[in-house]
Amino acid sequence: MKETKKYWKGLEQLQKTPGFEKYANKEFAQELPLGDSDGETSRRDFLKVMGFGVAAASLAACETPINKAIPYVKKPVNVDPTIADYFASTYSLGSDQTSVVVKTREGRPIKIEGNKLSSVTGGGTSAQIEASVLSLYDQERLKGPAAKGKEVSWEELDAKIKSELAIASGPIYLVTNSLSSPSTKKVIEGFKNKYASLTHVTYDQNSVSGQLDANLAVFGKRALPSYDYSKAKTIVSFGYDFLGTGANTPLANKQFAESRRLSASKKEMSRLYSFESVLSLTGANADYRSPIRASEQGAYIASLYNVIAKETGGQVIDGLPSIDNQILSKAASDLLHAKEYSIVLSGSNDVSIQMFVNAINVMLGNIGATIDFGRHQNIRSGDDKAFGQFVKQLSSAGGVIFYNCNPVYDHPLGSKIAASLKNISFSLATTDRMDETNSLVSYLAPDHHYLESWNDFEPVHGKYSLSQPAISNLFNTRQAQDSLLSWANMEVNYYDFLRMNWAENIASLSKKSILDFDAFWEECLHDGVFEPETVATDEFDADLSGLGKAAFNITKPSSFLELVIFENGTVGNGIQSNNPWLQEMSDPITKACWDNYLTVSPKQVEEWGIELGDMTTQMVNLTVDGQSLKLPVLPQPGQKYGTVGLAIGYGRSVAGRVGNQVGFNAYPMINVDDGGQLDFNIYANVTVEPTDEAYAIAQTQTHHTFMGRGNVIQEATLSEYQKDPQAGRHMPKIATSEGFKKPTAVSLWKGHQYANHHWGLMIDLNSCTGCGTCSISCQTENNISVIGKKEVLNRRDMAWIRIDRYYSSDSNGDSYADMEIAAENPEVTFQPMMCQHCNNASCETVCPVAATTHSSEGLNQMTYNRCIGTRYCANNCPYKVRRFNWFKFHDNEQFGDNLAMNNDLGKMVLNPDVTVRSRGVIEKCSFCVQRIQSGKLEAKKEGRRPVDGEITTACASSCPSEALVFGDMKDPKSRISKMLQIRSMEKGVEAQEPRAYHVLEELREMPNVWYLTKIRNKNEKTEAANAHS
Amino acid sequence: MSKKFIPIQGFKRAAIFFLGIILVTTSFSQEDAIDPAIIASGEKLYNANCTQCHAINEVVIGPALKGIEERRERPWLISWIKNSQKVIESGDEYAVALYEKYKKVAMPAYPFTDAEIISVLEYIDVASKVVPQVAAVAAAGEDNGAEGSNEGMSNTFMYAILIVFIFVLGLILVVLGLIISLLTKYIGTINEVSREDQELIVDQEVDVFAFVKSNTILGMIIFIFVAVGLKTGIDGLFTIGVQQGYMPTQPIAYSHELHAGQYEIDCNYCHTGVRKSKSANIPSANICMNCHVAIKTESKEIQKIYAAIDYDPETGEYGEDIQPIEWVRVHNLPDLAYFNHSQHVKVGGLECETCHGPIKEMEVVYQYSNLTMGWCINCHRETNVKSKGNDYYTNLVELHNEKNAKEPMKVEDIGGLECSKCHY
Repeated sequence: MKETKKYWKGLEQLQKTPGFEKYANKEFAQELPLGDSDGETSRRDFLKVMGFGVAAASLAACETPINKAIPYVKKPVNVDPTIADYFASTYSLGSDQTSVVVKTREGRPIKIEGNKLSSVTGGGTSAQIEASVLSLYDQERLKGPAAKGKEVSWEELDAKIKSELAIASGPIYLVTNSLSSPSTKKVIEGFKNKYASLTHVTYDQNSVSGQLDANLAVFGKRALPSYDYSKAKTIVSFGYDFLGTGANTPLANKQFAESRRLSASKKEMSRLYSFESVLSLTGANADYRSPIRASEQGAYIASLYNVIAKETGGQVIDGLPSIDNQILSKAASDLLHAKEYSIVLSGSNDVSIQMFVNAINVMLGNIGATIDFGRHQNIRSGDDKAFGQFVKQLSSAGGVIFYNCNPVYDHPLGSKIAASLKNISFSLATTDRMDETNSLVSYLAPDHHYLESWNDFEPVHGKYSLSQPAISNLFNTRQAQDSLLSWANMEVNYYDFLRMNWAENIASLSKKSILDFDAFWEECLHDGVFEPETVATDEFDADLSGLGKAAFNITKPSSFLELVIFENGTVGNGIQSNNPWLQEMSDPITKACWDNYLTVSPKQVEEWGIELGDMTTQMVNLTVDGQSLKLPVLPQPGQKYGTVGLAIGYGRSVAGRVGNQVGFNAYPMINVDDGGQLDFNIYANVTVEPTDEAYAIAQTQTHHTFMGRGNVIQEATLSEYQKDPQAGRHMPKIATSEGFKKPTAVSLWKGHQYANHHWGLMIDLNSCTGCGTCSISCQTENNISVIGKKEVLNRRDMAWIRIDRYYSSDSNGDSYADMEIAAENPEVTFQPMMCQHCNNASCETVCPVAATTHSSEGLNQMTYNRCIGTRYCANNCPYKVRRFNWFKFHDNEQFGDNLAMNNDLGKMVLNPDVTVRSRGVIEKCSFCVQRIQSGKLEAKKEGRRPVDGEITTACASSCPSEALVFGDMKDPKSRISKMLQIRSMEKGVEAQEPRAYHVLEELREMPNVWYLTKIRNKNEKTEAANAHS
Repeated sequence: MSKKFIPIQGFKRAAIFFLGIILVTTSFSQEDAIDPAIIASGEKLYNANCTQCHAINEVVIGPALKGIEERRERPWLISWIKNSQKVIESGDEYAVALYEKYKKVAMPAYPFTDAEIISVLEYIDVASKVVPQVAAVAAAGEDNGAEGSNEGMSNTFMYAILIVFIFVLGLILVVLGLIISLLTKYIGTINEVSREDQELIVDQEVDVFAFVKSNTILGMIIFIFVAVGLKTGIDGLFTIGVQQGYMPTQPIAYSHELHAGQYEIDCNYCHTGVRKSKSANIPSANICMNCHVAIKTESKEIQKIYAAIDYDPETGEYGEDIQPIEWVRVHNLPDLAYFNHSQHVKVGGLECETCHGPIKEMEVVYQYSNLTMGWCINCHRETNVKSKGNDYYTNLVELHNEKNAKEPMKVEDIGGLECSKCHY
């Protein structure tokens, strides 16, 4: 199968466009600036002339600079300069709350790690969570309270607000995102007691209100259940991106990867079906994916319902559409074989569709097995209808308080809210930075950042997570709860209130009898989580009586152009738009950064006559119900023909210097019905008119090409793997005088014998979901520069770890028809690619100044202060993982978007143990050598060997799906040695795990990074090919 | 010579010893039974716990301890040492007066047993009487003087021998010159010299000027000149950015010579991070205040600390207006080099002086080592790994001994010269 399989990085490569060809066989995107073509002084002449002058000037400048050393005046007992402290806390932005551990240096938070003690997250993080530490040091944060545009003191503000609240005529609204904090809810209750006219409305950017309503109708509980993907054998998702953007993605990734982890003792894995319009992360990880129109979703689910009902003896509803789709019937039969071990999901915000999804799960017996309503999630509780009501009545309200939310931007009715705000005398916002909403309100009472706050959360029913400040407030801000308490005249600060609430209501849940509350509190603060085993869960029955009514409301498939609004895995819902790390992170699927765009099927792009080039495209006019946007088109393989997709989170107008005017705002396009119900799929009145305007989208997918070398991805199907664990492996043989041999058998090199440690990284392609958390984690840990869209377009992106996304298809022809099939629904493979730390590294051989050398622990070392920037190494690296600093990205106003290196506040996020690189040097993955060194030092200080797991890289520690395993291959008891079954050989080590391989093994680089083959839970080829038709 | 001296020295020492014993036994005849071990243990406890605030003969933070038992009864002292606050609170007049007199600095409570306290008091007693002994030793200083001159004599002797050698060498040269002139004269007197021999004699006459002008010599001179010039130039260039000897003026005239040298305060007492972290830590002002709350309070330099930490020596109160002290950094390692103190001090067992030089003699700190990469590397080449008792190295030492059991394992042998040990 693999022989006929074709991998391609993007349509450019598939269609062999001139733009792609131009760069495909070149090591560097730019020509060297040789000669002087236009008669002016060339760069080289300039350098020659300047050479002497510069040398003379630098000699003259050799005076000793006076550096100050300023110690603490009163050193806090538990802070030792240069020793990192870790605090358990909770990430909280918008509707998401996740337990984390914050690493601080000299009192400054510099890195977010997952909390391994939390069963709610499973110890992983996400790109947004990793990046949130930079948002703390954003210069755009509010510096203090303000009233009607004037800076005031908190006392003045309190007095004004109390009088405003006292005289307010009409209802007062408190608008929030989903709150899962029990103590905050209590504060709001207290506030309500004081001001009876207070109404609390909640919304979520990525609303699941329809599903919540359906859950209320069927199970009597308006809540999201907890899913256990690790138990599922069959997962069927209809447009629900649970891996990329759903609620609590770290856990979903962990469990999903667990269900797919293979070993000699476990040769079974889950199967994921995905029916969706836009290629999402979930779709990319699906074994069977079927592109469908958004309007077809209802029909597909209803059709699946009837099949399941018929087989399980449920109530078959007549008149429902019946879809004849091979993949759907295959999914149905798999579901029936995996009763109680399956999950059916839909991303639709339509109550009727979610009713049917619930019904299917009930009939399959999944409720209580893989779907747990007893442990429901609290992080999505927004109510579209209540919010719609609020927007209608806002103009006659007595006042409104926006608690850490920005509905003017991130709700489709934002423009109406903005209009009403002009008529309201009392409006207040607690957001910690300027945004579209609080630039319109009369009072600003800025909250602390979550890293400066006390708080508690209950993201999942009965599982608590505490938030403690990792730094005292940088600006004159005040915790919003304290503000509410003060306005309600409750004479208590929030910290005491929180403790009191825990002492009264939460401590009693502990199984251990609590005699000493202080000790209990300390323990909870230390762990960051409190997860009592016993929790009161409600008994409930499934009530499917509403199904008949819902059947009438199932949308009929349309034939017009449809718009699907989705959230992407980088900027997300747009709260952190001003975070350059997220802006520059390439989207897991499109590999584009610094933009959003209309994703369109390649066939449609052809029809519209869009001219495509290398990272260039054209703009179109998108009109939805009279609203119009001019935006670029991105041809997206796997996109259903007849649908277009657009990501939310872009097009901010008041976000800050980084986020302003990046991309296009999709929120206003979301369909809102009369009752306020949101629909992210727009079926009618969508028109697109091509224009001639050109546009450049910075896509990194074809940067750093492997020069057409094959077999980078090695994969097999599950049945092949079960027959032969080595299935899919490409085993190159080298011709020698003694016949064909393994590449490792022939070598010019002496090889390395490692006496002390031999660091290695194992990447399971089957576990990697491509989410990209590792890349942000790496960026934070290693002080990697942000270079801006222009430089990304110049192919100069700096990511040390990139996630290569490969499309593949079984059709091998080059004919137009073949290409169309290939682009219509390709398979997707993600491959994290970083320095492979080769034992026979080709970069080391060519460096003229020995700036890159091999260490006695297997690391390929890069010494910046020795590098003179010839870039020979980057040229000679077959994996294309070396990055060149074309500019000085720090302290350079030209790269002001690189917030972490261009102002004193932003610089607080830099890792003090890692050098900030200057212009003209190469950099690359170091295997987090600073972590290795510090781990070893800790062990030496205690006079012992390092314990496995103690030393790990940033990427591996953040990976929610545990796809990356780092460790010492010299230690036979380490996890990596066991998983790879490492065996020592004369010239290095060999992994005996049958799935383990080296990328480009034939080049005999002998890397220390091992990949495990990707296994798809798919049947034989014939079936798969049929699926395309 | 020395044989003669020994009995006399021995006699003097013995006489002093006996005199000492007589003195001690006569003045403390009632305390005949003091065990020297008790005094030794008392001394240990005293040095470990008391010297931060007390001295025998002078007032430090607390009063001088000479003759303390003449001032207070033993039971009172025991209860005071165990918990001075309690005694003050009990309203003891002497205690309250003492507390007031010494600026209300409370003496910490020491959880010692009675026996331990008694041993300390015994030691103090003995130490109080040490003065005459010191005087006695000073009186007996003549011997030392004699010994010192003895040493000086040996040095002069060495010089004398050297001068004699040079004189003898000169003598030999003169004699050889005389022999040559004699022989030349002799050849001049003989007429029966063959033509070949004549030519040989004429040829052997040396033309010094021509020799100097020859190409070989000129070439050599130019070569030496250029080589020395280059070497000086390159050496000069290598010193760019090297701040060896850098001795900036600090905002507070702190003396290591006084603190670390004279008072022998452990480096770790102020540089708290040196065994556990990357940075040794310049002490925060609150560490200075541990002692300087009472010592030299009137000094201008100490006033600067008070200003920084906002301390009022009159009232003994701390305020809120703290101002950091901006020391001038002496050792400026470039940012691209990672250096960790704990690795070298705790794991490697190095002394501070190895890199920082005679810090105990420095009135003002200066950069002793040149802190260049060559200097680092050289030390890594020469230093043995302190592997004893550290399980981290056990296996490495075994492997090393298999290969080369003669040489101990150097830092270099376990990758101490690799780039990313310091650069990342």
